Amino acid sequence: MTKPESVLIIGSGPIVIGQAAEFDYAGTQACKAMSEEGVRSILVNSNPATIMTDEGVADEVYIEPLTVPVLRRIIEKERPEGLLPTLGGQVGLNLAVDLHEAGVLEEFNVRLLGTPLDAIRRAEDRELFRTAMREIGEPTPPSAVVHTLAEARDALEEIGLPVAIRPAYTLGGTGGGFVRTMEEFERVVQTGLDASPITQILIERSLLGWKEVEYEVMRDGADTCITICNMENLDPMGVHTGDSIVVAPSQTLSDKDYQMLRSASLNIIRSLGIEGGCNVQLALAPRQDVVAWPPESMRDGGGVGIPHDEPLPYYVIEVNPRVSRSSALASKATGYPIARVAAKIAAGKRLDEIANQVTGRTQAAFEPALDYCVVKIPRWPFDKFEAGDRVLGTQMKATGEVMAIDRTFEAALQKAIRSLEFGGRTVLWEDSEKEEEPFRGSETPTDVRLWHLLAAVRADLPLDEIASHSGVDPWFLERLETIVRMEQRLLAEPLTPALMRRAKRMGFADEQIANLAGSVDERIREQRLSWGIAPVYKMVDTCAAEFDAVTPYFYSTYEDENEAEPELGKRALVVGSGPIRIGQGIEFDYASVKAAQALRAAGWGAVMANSNPETVSTDFDTSDRLYFEPLDEEAVRDILENEDGSQNGNGGDGGVASILQFGGQTAINLAGPLTTAARPILGSSADVIDLAEDRKRFERFLADLGIPQPPGTAVSTIDEAVLAADAIGYPVLVRPSYVLGGRAMEIVQGVGDLARYVTQAQAAAPGKPILIDKYLAGIEVEVDAICGGAGDDAVLIPGIMEHIERAGVHSGDSMAVYPAPNLRAGEVATIIEYTRQIGIGLGVAGLMNIQYVIMRDSDDDGDVFVLEVNPRASRTVPFLSKVTGVPMVEVAVRAMLGESLAEQGYSSGLWPSTPLVAVKAPVFSMSKLSGVDTHLGPEMKSTGEVMGVDTDYEKALNKALIAAGMAVPSQGRALLSIADQDKPGAMALIRELGEAGYELHATVGTASLIRGLGYAVHEAPKREVGGDPDVIDLIRSGQIDMVINTPEQISSNIRDGFHIRRAAAEQRIPCFTSIDTAHHAVGAMLEGGADYNIAPLPDYTAGRV
Amino acid sequence: MTEHMEAALVLADGAVFRGIALGATTDTWGEVVFNTSMTGYQEMLTDPSYAGQILVLTYPLIGNYGIDPPIDESRQIQVRGLIVRSECESPSHPRGGMRLHDYLASAAVPGIAGVDTRAITRRIRHEGVMMGMIVPGDQVEAARQRLAELPAYDTQDFIDVGVDQPYSWVDGRPQAFSNGAAEPGPHIVVLDEGLKYNILRNLRRRGCRVTAMPPSSGVEDILSVNPDGVLLSPGPGDPQLREFQVQTATSLIGKLPIMGICMGHQVLGRAFGADTFKLKFGHRGGNHPVLEVPTGRIAITAQNHGYAVDPHGLSPDVEVTHINLHDETVEGLAHRSEPVFSIQYHAEASPGPLDNGHLFDRFLDLIGESQGA
Repeated sequence: MTKPESVLIIGSGPIVIGQAAEFDYAGTQACKAMSEEGVRSILVNSNPATIMTDEGVADEVYIEPLTVPVLRRIIEKERPEGLLPTLGGQVGLNLAVDLHEAGVLEEFNVRLLGTPLDAIRRAEDRELFRTAMREIGEPTPPSAVVHTLAEARDALEEIGLPVAIRPAYTLGGTGGGFVRTMEEFERVVQTGLDASPITQILIERSLLGWKEVEYEVMRDGADTCITICNMENLDPMGVHTGDSIVVAPSQTLSDKDYQMLRSASLNIIRSLGIEGGCNVQLALAPRQDVVAWPPESMRDGGGVGIPHDEPLPYYVIEVNPRVSRSSALASKATGYPIARVAAKIAAGKRLDEIANQVTGRTQAAFEPALDYCVVKIPRWPFDKFEAGDRVLGTQMKATGEVMAIDRTFEAALQKAIRSLEFGGRTVLWEDSEKEEEPFRGSETPTDVRLWHLLAAVRADLPLDEIASHSGVDPWFLERLETIVRMEQRLLAEPLTPALMRRAKRMGFADEQIANLAGSVDERIREQRLSWGIAPVYKMVDTCAAEFDAVTPYFYSTYEDENEAEPELGKRALVVGSGPIRIGQGIEFDYASVKAAQALRAAGWGAVMANSNPETVSTDFDTSDRLYFEPLDEEAVRDILENEDGSQNGNGGDGGVASILQFGGQTAINLAGPLTTAARPILGSSADVIDLAEDRKRFERFLADLGIPQPPGTAVSTIDEAVLAADAIGYPVLVRPSYVLGGRAMEIVQGVGDLARYVTQAQAAAPGKPILIDKYLAGIEVEVDAICGGAGDDAVLIPGIMEHIERAGVHSGDSMAVYPAPNLRAGEVATIIEYTRQIGIGLGVAGLMNIQYVIMRDSDDDGDVFVLEVNPRASRTVPFLSKVTGVPMVEVAVRAMLGESLAEQGYSSGLWPSTPLVAVKAPVFSMSKLSGVDTHLGPEMKSTGEVMGVDTDYEKALNKALIAAGMAVPSQGRALLSIADQDKPGAMALIRELGEAGYELHATVGTASLIRGLGYAVHEAPKREVGGDPDVIDLIRSGQIDMVINTPEQISSNIRDGFHIRRAAAEQRIPCFTSIDTAHHAVGAMLEGGADYNIAPLPDYTAGRV
Repeated sequence: MTEHMEAALVLADGAVFRGIALGATTDTWGEVVFNTSMTGYQEMLTDPSYAGQILVLTYPLIGNYGIDPPIDESRQIQVRGLIVRSECESPSHPRGGMRLHDYLASAAVPGIAGVDTRAITRRIRHEGVMMGMIVPGDQVEAARQRLAELPAYDTQDFIDVGVDQPYSWVDGRPQAFSNGAAEPGPHIVVLDEGLKYNILRNLRRRGCRVTAMPPSSGVEDILSVNPDGVLLSPGPGDPQLREFQVQTATSLIGKLPIMGICMGHQVLGRAFGADTFKLKFGHRGGNHPVLEVPTGRIAITAQNHGYAVDPHGLSPDVEVTHINLHDETVEGLAHRSEPVFSIQYHAEASPGPLDNGHLFDRFLDLIGESQGA
């Protein structure tokens, strides 16, 4: 394939479960690769929080919705010669296929680069894939779709027991199951057929208990095929690989197994004709005689008689004909940049023509050799969604993941657990609700199964029984046992240098050792350092030290030789943000990357620490040195000591300062501990942070400045709470102190709910105060500002954002508009003044974020109240940087390094608005999390965001909604179910919908309101009333295009609303739970929003559209 | 928990790496080399090309899937010693019942676990391969002295590593040699200078009758069993010390189709007039990229060699068909008119990628063509 002159790269859009930061990493790599090849790159993505959409990454950047009509207009304008479909996740791939099918590619003569379309189809289409595999003799699990018991019996002849039975069109597989015997089979087939609305079931050979193994494979145009990495899941088949604990390379495969599956993977990539990267998932039988799991031999715990000559049976499960989450993991696990190489292959390069940047002297045509063990653990959102169904299966539920590297599995696993940042849930954590059946916790895959396995080992249950119940290979259980034995030694024996060294080599954190040995972290640290026990750092070099490598990519381990020798010169450590979770997303990786770039631009060395393999920040050329480590106090202090050479008592130059304000709460939480450890911090000090976070201090601080806050107080008992709420006046906003991201925050309307809330909060965090604030339902405004710090006294406000939703919806879930459309001049002036005073008064150096609420009771300027101040980069930093043109992170970093804002060419005050309107909209992953209520509230629920930018508000908002999958149809059927307290506010909206000719459906109360307003309405019976079809059926049968539902305060109606919202989420139709959002969304559609522009971002900021 | 005995690796340059004893608790000495394969420790341990060497495995977790005697690549463990970062005390695999430690101990082969193998590897990469000793922890000084007196690896001919009697490969194992069996298929003589059984398995799988003969077999010996082709096998040591085999190969060219692997390739290279030289730290691993000159394709190969063919003196009748992408050394040769070719890497894999088995097909094709002609 010849090199194109220009190429269109489609990003993956907002972060949702199953599609996270890995595609920012992939897309950024692809753009870099294209630039190296001299190919003009045109990038389209709707997600502003990405590095790929930043200035200087691609040649043209469009932040526009990812739809066929939008892409068509971009293609028409830019006329790219090629389209790179395989780097933007499933979204990018599907869109490329849609563009082809819509004839757009043909019309504008765009050729697909890399993997051809029919290869994509053969990999993605279940039947085509099976046929392709049959042709090359690669086995796929036998299965059949049947409609009767007789058909099922016939199918079983070929498939053989055990089988999994899945009824069609039942959510969560209701009515299906796993069967081992003929009796079970007949019974489950019947219940399955009954449960399926179309009387159809899938019968599939069960691979329960089989090992799940993945290979990352590359192929170039000359048919050279290589594997980059293989990975083995600790969880056996049945759990989505994104939800599995994964180890690289495989640990329990012999060379025969490894090579057999490697050859199969190469066979597959060749036969499909993929050009670029590809991921092959395979199931390997745990033993030759596997017909049932657990096998007879294991069930009696008895001996094994296995034929020796036969290879282990395996099946090909699935192929991803594109760069994937696994390839990001494999890239970070090996140092081999899969996306970059795949992009170059697409541009016509052969593997042996692409340099291996890691060694600087070898080529990309080789297979990485690892001399360490990598463990990945997913990060699930169940700390946020306690009501969510925690059982893991084929639907991925994790929002992010962590990776850890060490020289043993035990140590890598323990580091990975630390990296999850679950606070109390260390390796030693045990579920307080003990299962009565000792194996149940280890049998069912959940987010806490690893801890159940550890508990089972601690309880001395026989490993072979744990293995047979869980399907986890005994090798992994033996490793857990090694950890548990060390726990027991640390509990029982005096701590000697030898024991300490063994424990550290096994990955025990100082904190755990302290816990077990009855000491405190700091004592343990001092003691081990005095014994000369400190980590060394080894390089990830793709070649197991066979060649000299130049990439400064390190991990810690307790061995002899340190390869990360201290370097002199000005340098700073940027602490990243760890795994992606709700409340701490890709925005903070964006900020960390920009901080590293700013340091380098300023002539400083940038040292990066992070634990998240999906990210751009952990790309080895983002910083001068990358440490892949947990982001806790121990690891960060070890890094700092290694960087300045003080670790071995050599004194060191103490010159490595830490930058903590870009890595979200993860990094900022280290301010106190690092300050205590006498480690310098660049930017706002620990005291500034404490002043902003400590409620009492902050109240006094604001009072001294004369800046108002909503009245509020902290209470410890129910009595105090009731008195306080009475004094403040309902509604009140209640939340536990020192809990972030709006977790467990609620708006309480009366004394009954207050009592319930206080009781719950005290049970969750005994002894912690509860904060009660007046809930002000005013206009919520958000400001990011950059403060010059001491001696500068300048406070730059790049922009003010106004939320569409009134205060009470978490800012991360609100739609934000820039520039603020409805503020009055006096209000803006007050905000600027308050922001300046707070910035200077707190002593902030660098970024801060302030949330205000404006209460108006007349036509005069409203009263401005401060809701919250965060002296760190917020999640709006990338959005605001992009739309204002102020490189906020760079300005902040330069300010921290001592360059005043004036010297940088910025003045104090509000930066002039750019001639555009930008709307940031949240994106949720609710269809993937069954059991979670979708309504907006003070607790954050969104996983990602999109941006709509245009010349006016309606167009920008409409584009944001399109990009978020929330676009209001221009006509169609709207279902309204509105809570009593929201009915007055909904009247204008109902009139608009009625006038615009929407077909209105509503539940009883709302229907009378609609009729009262003079519009026709179809009444939909609530489920609890027992209508047929009821309101839920109506949504599920696809007869509704949009839902507007606000949650009732009265508890009897809560469940119906919940089911309406779940049904809408699962049906993937827009569901508005705030009248404000719905009103604006409908307004945007009706008032010209559909007539939006399409242009590169710089054209909007420069007013050229 | 048992307390482990301390052991040390002492290198000729004086460096000492301390760990705990693995396998037999005896002294050993040899050339210290490293292999970067992530799997296949048992195949490596039994690969005769490691005779005289102490093997450092760069992958840190060794022994995970135990030991499965039927997959041995020769009649015994061949390495003089084994160095690993971490040995698995409780292997898990349906086939691997035995623990690595016991396997080594039963063969009286010592090793060390718990050492910084990456540090050793980096030292060898910088300084080149060197002699070393594994000794109990308190005998480091004595080892330093003995190292000065021990013969260098390059001076040993390792001729005893191969067999001394011909044998047939039947039913997956060596059996008493019987010629003239009315078995179908081409008859291949493999000159066993330290071959891996998987070469024989590969030939057998392709329907060949396989006879292995001692490295001392002369042309007459070989021709006397009426082979259809000759395969020159891998083996340990410096090819300069294989003048007899070089002579044999020279005489066979033109008489029979010949395939050379590893040492067999170096022997053929010398027969074609080239010299051989020692590499600084060899090629040992399962990931080396080799350019197939005729196709432009890259082969991922299993390698285990410390010497290479210097192409300068090569006869003009011979072309270089394969080149290592890392250091551009010769990885394959072919005669322009005779059915003779060789590769430096291991088409038989075991351990390593199975991508290169087609080279055996090529050998059989050459035999077919030469007989058809």
